[in-house]
Amino acid sequence: MNNTVGTTGLVLNEPLLWEMGKKGRIGFSLPRSDVDPAPLDDGLTGTGPDFPDLSEVDIVRHYTRLSSWNFGVDSGMYPLGSCTMKYNPKTNEKQASLPGLAQAHPLLPPQLAQGALKIMFDLERYLAEITGMSAVTLQPAAGAHGELTGMLLFYTFHKSNNQQRSKILIPDTAHGTNPASAALCGFTSVPVKSGAGGILSPETVAGLMDEDTAGIMITNPNTLGLFEDNIRQVADIVHAKGGLVYADGANMNAVLGIVNMADLGVDILHLNLHKTFSTPHGGGGPGSGPVCVTRELEPFLPVPRVVMENERYRLTYNRPESIGKIHAFYGNFGIQIRAYAYILSMGADLKRASQFAVLSANYIKERLKGVYHLPYDKPCMHECVFTDQNQRKHKVSTLDIAKRLIDYGFHPPTIYFPLVVQGALMIEPTETEPKENIDRLVDALIAIAAEAEERPELLTEAPVKPKVRRLDETAAARKPCLSG
Amino acid sequence: MRYLPHTDDDVTQMLAVIGAASIDDLFASIPSDCRRREGLDLPAPMTEWELDKHMRKLASDMAVCPEHLVFMGAGSYDHYIPEAVKQLLGRSEFYTSYTPYQPEVSQGTLQAIYEYQTLVTRLLGMDVANASMYDGASGLAEALLMAVRVTHRKKVYVSSLCHPLYRQVVKTYFEPTGYQIVELPYLENGRTDLSKVDDLDACAGIAVQSPNFFGCIEDIETLAKKVHGDPKTLMIVSFTEPLAYGLLKSPGSLGADIACGEGQSLGVPRSFGGPGLGMFAAKKDYLRNMPGRLVGKTKDLEGRRGFVLTLSTREQHIRREKATSNICSNQGLCATAAAMYMAALGGTGIHALAALNRNKTAYLQGALKQAGLDLPFAAPTFNEFVVKFPAGFAETYNRLLGEKIVAGLPLESYYPELRDHYLLCATETMDREDMDLLVKEVTS
Repeated sequence: MNNTVGTTGLVLNEPLLWEMGKKGRIGFSLPRSDVDPAPLDDGLTGTGPDFPDLSEVDIVRHYTRLSSWNFGVDSGMYPLGSCTMKYNPKTNEKQASLPGLAQAHPLLPPQLAQGALKIMFDLERYLAEITGMSAVTLQPAAGAHGELTGMLLFYTFHKSNNQQRSKILIPDTAHGTNPASAALCGFTSVPVKSGAGGILSPETVAGLMDEDTAGIMITNPNTLGLFEDNIRQVADIVHAKGGLVYADGANMNAVLGIVNMADLGVDILHLNLHKTFSTPHGGGGPGSGPVCVTRELEPFLPVPRVVMENERYRLTYNRPESIGKIHAFYGNFGIQIRAYAYILSMGADLKRASQFAVLSANYIKERLKGVYHLPYDKPCMHECVFTDQNQRKHKVSTLDIAKRLIDYGFHPPTIYFPLVVQGALMIEPTETEPKENIDRLVDALIAIAAEAEERPELLTEAPVKPKVRRLDETAAARKPCLSG
Repeated sequence: MRYLPHTDDDVTQMLAVIGAASIDDLFASIPSDCRRREGLDLPAPMTEWELDKHMRKLASDMAVCPEHLVFMGAGSYDHYIPEAVKQLLGRSEFYTSYTPYQPEVSQGTLQAIYEYQTLVTRLLGMDVANASMYDGASGLAEALLMAVRVTHRKKVYVSSLCHPLYRQVVKTYFEPTGYQIVELPYLENGRTDLSKVDDLDACAGIAVQSPNFFGCIEDIETLAKKVHGDPKTLMIVSFTEPLAYGLLKSPGSLGADIACGEGQSLGVPRSFGGPGLGMFAAKKDYLRNMPGRLVGKTKDLEGRRGFVLTLSTREQHIRREKATSNICSNQGLCATAAAMYMAALGGTGIHALAALNRNKTAYLQGALKQAGLDLPFAAPTFNEFVVKFPAGFAETYNRLLGEKIVAGLPLESYYPELRDHYLLCATETMDREDMDLLVKEVTS
């Protein structure tokens, strides 16, 4: 394939920090001292850590070179399924770094922190409006932290009814964080097999749900990219036994302004601001995982809560039924600012974002379905899941396809997830990717399928263009070297 | 809308390929009783310029340095951040990438985190550090849960001089587990009192913060010896101000088994409390019980050095309900910022900067003492300390807020016995004149 995005270029080597520098250099403008020294007792002090001494230019080149070894959304298309790698608007970064917000101390008296409190208050309201839920906490620092908050809400809700339930239903398509979050609250996961067509069946749930089960954790749209169309019946079954319905909102980008989660019977929903609401993922974080609940569960939300009286905002800890605190302060406020700026920029266009995300995913699905095996051939939501079934006969796997895509200049899709699909390739284009780029990705995947047939070694040896080739992960785990 | 590139023509072409008549048809799998009937009731979209104006106004409604003098630390510290760190962190190849699941195109993130892990082990004197936790509070909670996992014991002791808000988070994490948390009292000198602990053999771990919430430096060595009176019990050292370890002996060198805390002070803006940085390190014996991601060194096919996420068999996406933690996204970019900051300071710089923090605070302490105020806790301090103001100081405190001075954090709501006690902090950003002004104002 000619004219691919992927190419080679001058990439510079760079040592580790402590392989460079020289004692006596410094990369920091040390403030002048205007006070007398007041040494501490020798018994308490040491010589300081063994850090390399570097100049400012050393550090600037070091990190600039490192950054050039990375692929980000700003580098190119990043169709990582279930991660919603949409464009991260630049203005959001600017707003979060405004000195009045970035330099604010979290324990300022409320009269000196009205701006931040208003942002939190309004963001909670907007997220409630978007999801259809009644109340929101912004405190969880990431999606899994939101799940933990949700499970603590399950626990506390049942406890308030003098019940301690021991089990929780989790579909086999769930993210791994779901069972891990439930386990932290002492719940035993009961796996629920997805039914025909990748959808949860009410009968299966009815067979498992009982009065020792705290509720169910559902991802909707699910990780196969399908809408759980039985969700209302499932919710009724769970509610009839006194259970709660938790929705993992990782895939919310498909349904903004299209469904009302409360109407589906959802009691608790977490959002990932770093997926649906355009905040950057930072190479692993920080994220933000607000939790939205029904009116009935609001008293249990973490403290403090932001309240408004006469257009003035303050924090209150007076919530006797609250699960407590789950973050030292109010969560990742800097990320909340970015999501707030995004919502203000988009307004009701959020619905168009979801429509285009779904349109793009379906377009990819249609263009690729003759080339790659599509286990669930029906309209998808914002992502579609293929497998390597057609390519296995050429002795190439999902991993090889993913790695070859790197040479073509794309970040690979999510691979080997969901676990219920063997050799899954999960593609999520998002709404911010222009059609031309989507076509390039599809063309690359078609070309790779042809290569799999004709020259499979191009796949099994891929990638060849990045800074490094495939890495020995087995050796890394067998003899861990975690610091230098 | 500038973030939505599809034109009408694009939409028509794509629908034709799909074979759908309209975008609405694509949502046919959503039952009608699940559809939202009304539109989104949100403010009309703002232009970039309207947003600027709106945000500027909100930001102006906040009290920050240098217009305000904020003598407040308590887990969130004002330090100078080099412009180089800010600009490097703005390299969008770092901040717009995901968790490095595809190592060949994530070597920048991976090497940066490997270097972060290394600098953290050196700062704290520990063997292994993870790629970060959410914050100091969840880090402490996870450290205590880890102690329970390691020892199979169900009771932990936590110093009452650990940050009060961290202790609230610990309580939340522990509530459904049934494990017991006992708080340790403090001594007259402002350090933790371990004398009441008489069942070490039933105790999973003991957590002490240093410098503690009163700013006092704990005698970790003596405490650790006592904790290790039972060989299984873990000594956990928490912190909110890691810059102190540029000057102080490291927790590891004094006997800590786990060192964890908040890393905001290392190059991360306060940002109204988040995102911060949960730092987490342990002795290597406990590696496989650690929560969180780890980056390890390895080689590529051609024998070149490279880095990968490793030991993921501890983690949720492999172990699911048996994982050491449910953490997935962490605070990676803040860890990168901290590494850049530590690299900018270097060994020489961090020692000098930490000493400057100590000296500034000592100056303020001396001036307040000279002005006749009571500094109730005698233990040595780093960059914050407790002062007892005369009864009824609250009125003066409120007047000073109007004069753009925040005279510390009132402690009474956290420690009811400490009425009129305030926690004050002075870092390198406070000039001598600022401190003189504070002393003048609080004594007038």
